[in-house]
Amino acid sequence: MDISQYLEIFIEESKEHLQSLNESLLELEKNTENVELINEVFRVAHTLKGMAATMGYKRMQKLTHDMENVLSEIRNGNIAVTAELLDILFQCLDALEQYVESIIESGSEGDKDNHKIINKLNAILEGGQDNTTVTAEVAATAEAIAIEPVQDSLPSQVEAAVSDADKRQHLQMSFTDFEKNAIQKAYLENFKVYGITIFISEGCVLKSARAFIVFRTLEKLGQVIKSHPAVQDIEDEKFDDRFTTFIVTKENMEKITSELRSVAEVTDVLTDEIIIPIEPVEAAKEDNQQKSTRKKKTGTKDSNAKATGIKPKTNRTVRVDIERLDTLMNLVSELIIIKNGLETIELKNASQNFNEQIEYLERITTNLHDAVMKVRMVPIERVFNRFPRLIRDLSRQLNKNIELHMSGEETELDRTVIDEIGDPLVHLLRNAGDHGLETPDVRVQSGKDPVGNIHLRAYQDGNNVIIEVNDDGKGIDVLHIKNKAIKNGTISEDQADSMTDQEIIQLLFRPSFSTAEKISDVSGRGVGLDVVKTKIEALGGDIEVKTEINKGSKFIIRLPLTLAIIQALMVNLGDEKYAIPLNTIQNIEDVEVAHIKYIQNQEVINLRGHVIPIVRLHEKLDIEEIDPDRQSLTVVIVNKGEKQAGIVVDSLIGQQEIVIKTLGKYLSNIKLIAGATILGDGEVALILDINTLV
Amino acid sequence: MEEMNQAIKKFIVASIGHEQYGVNIQYVQNIERMLSITRVPKAPYYIKGVINLRGDIIPVMSLRLKFGLEADEYTHNTRIIIVKLDGNPMGIIVDEVKEVINLTDDAIEKISKDANDEKGIYVQGVGKIDQELVTLLNLDGLINTND
Repeated sequence: MDISQYLEIFIEESKEHLQSLNESLLELEKNTENVELINEVFRVAHTLKGMAATMGYKRMQKLTHDMENVLSEIRNGNIAVTAELLDILFQCLDALEQYVESIIESGSEGDKDNHKIINKLNAILEGGQDNTTVTAEVAATAEAIAIEPVQDSLPSQVEAAVSDADKRQHLQMSFTDFEKNAIQKAYLENFKVYGITIFISEGCVLKSARAFIVFRTLEKLGQVIKSHPAVQDIEDEKFDDRFTTFIVTKENMEKITSELRSVAEVTDVLTDEIIIPIEPVEAAKEDNQQKSTRKKKTGTKDSNAKATGIKPKTNRTVRVDIERLDTLMNLVSELIIIKNGLETIELKNASQNFNEQIEYLERITTNLHDAVMKVRMVPIERVFNRFPRLIRDLSRQLNKNIELHMSGEETELDRTVIDEIGDPLVHLLRNAGDHGLETPDVRVQSGKDPVGNIHLRAYQDGNNVIIEVNDDGKGIDVLHIKNKAIKNGTISEDQADSMTDQEIIQLLFRPSFSTAEKISDVSGRGVGLDVVKTKIEALGGDIEVKTEINKGSKFIIRLPLTLAIIQALMVNLGDEKYAIPLNTIQNIEDVEVAHIKYIQNQEVINLRGHVIPIVRLHEKLDIEEIDPDRQSLTVVIVNKGEKQAGIVVDSLIGQQEIVIKTLGKYLSNIKLIAGATILGDGEVALILDINTLV
Repeated sequence: MEEMNQAIKKFIVASIGHEQYGVNIQYVQNIERMLSITRVPKAPYYIKGVINLRGDIIPVMSLRLKFGLEADEYTHNTRIIIVKLDGNPMGIIVDEVKEVINLTDDAIEKISKDANDEKGIYVQGVGKIDQELVTLLNLDGLINTND
């Protein structure tokens, strides 16, 4: 069956499901008892499984299937939702996202099996069942491997044995087929396999360094075949006070144990010889062989598919509001009508009809242009919705309690901007979490709530979209940056003295400038901020920082609506036309010149109790007024936040939907003008930047 | 090195008043007949405004104003040369576009940069072709310098 035609639907729907999975999991983390949420997560996993199966994505199917098993146990109340479980579910989500990414890029789900995650899921399942049912059941399941421990010392007391066995984490591990094969081979060559759980003292400062030494020691003695957590995670210090490894060696158990115990800050080492009974291994081997032949078969099939060119490859897709598509469709049909009309015009008395048709055509194409542009607009929600997860991971990673508050997800931006803005925002959020926010104890000391807050806001401000990343942390220490910059030789001391605080903060955006004493794996404030700035400037925007010691910092990104469409009021000033964004306009008033008063030499009017300053646009824009002596002025009342102003114009043209274009780099410093738009007749009209006028 | 020196550069020759100016063709996007220009308030004096070039808004500058000559007078020969520097387009108004010339490096007289001469940064060198002399414009200095 040719499934490629369903691929795009599959991708879009998968993305949606993964998003809802993400949201449910985050919610579940806050409220682990909520059955509704568990049902929702289960439903998503189930749907994804069905979808993946239909499309022939076996690995994705397997993963969701195992997820489903675990989730169903949770639903039945056999397993409780724990932090570890959620971690694994989040890992599942990541893995699924990777599959979908890979499918988007190449049409195939890739060859990652995600054994680790599946094993973890199964381990949970086995653990859960262990508590309720007899072990025989476990033995009965084909996948289960019995590990028979040969203990290095016989415990004298039963209680001791229980707690000891509990500590021997390596006994609870399961092996993948590959690992089983390796162990099997080791046996044949008279090697022994030991499972070791190593405990590191709680006060240890550099756990990863200790772990590194432990691994070095182990590597001298034999070969490490498996560790839990994975070596990478251990190096990243992603473990508590213990970790487990499996080693293939010819040395005896005592030697290994004593060598490891001699490593500083290792409090305890528990070692067991691991013996995997021959039969299940054999069975597994056979199974493996079968699998591999099967794999080969499917492999050839795949290559056949490639050869015949069936292999589907997708482009990036956009989901479009059906109403917008309808508009587009209607416009295209009108276009066809005009085309037909033009074809049937008789040349003899053409001019009348011809002109009519051309005018019609003009109108339609302008609308068509607008409609296509609108299709490109997507709510920024698309970018924002991955951030709750990011913050969750970040707060765990940093051991800080961070709460993310988002608003303005519905703000629309051009598709191209949406695609690009994600990375800079991730960087700023990480920055805020890592460097902006203090650790809970420091926060408490400085009289703050231990929970740190990061606000992410998006809103449209005139012809810009503003995105703010705001933390309530310690703020940026200007003095610190200054000293660092002098030390680095970025600036001289003389220069430093003459620089304003804002200028010094701007140093953060210099390439490879970091103030962090210790560069963490999350980020260093400054490291990469130059990249953020470059990216945003490439999008035609700019970034600004506001900071206050002990109150927090705020990064403000201002993006122009490069391809955006807004409603605007077109006005005449002299013989020029200008556009005023409709969302800044409050109302339009006719004001008698006689009613204008002066306050500190500034013209104001008293409008229903509000004193509003008058802005003479003619003067601001160097335009000659058509009728300087007129007694009644047309005043457009605009507002910027709380502030209001009355703008004097010559006359109104009317409301119009306009496509915003920038004036380009060379004219970017003209403050009064926010951009330009092309009118129906091809003329350019400038868009007033109300922010700078008020 | 010999070959490098002999590399041929193409320039578009445009006239302003009695003088001839050369614009390196690698920066030239297209050459347009005069278009309607929308004035941009508060723009530098030599920026005439912006034009709509098939949907793109492009600023247009007057070389005459930049060089301190009398204001442009648009005729049917007036052209706007659209150049692009670092991805940013700019239109340059000239009286007339004449031809495209090939210049080897030998035929280009470098101008010694005199810091006191403001106009020096607008000029890259002088091209010699037959008996004619063509002032080769340094677009970067011309466009990116505000005065």
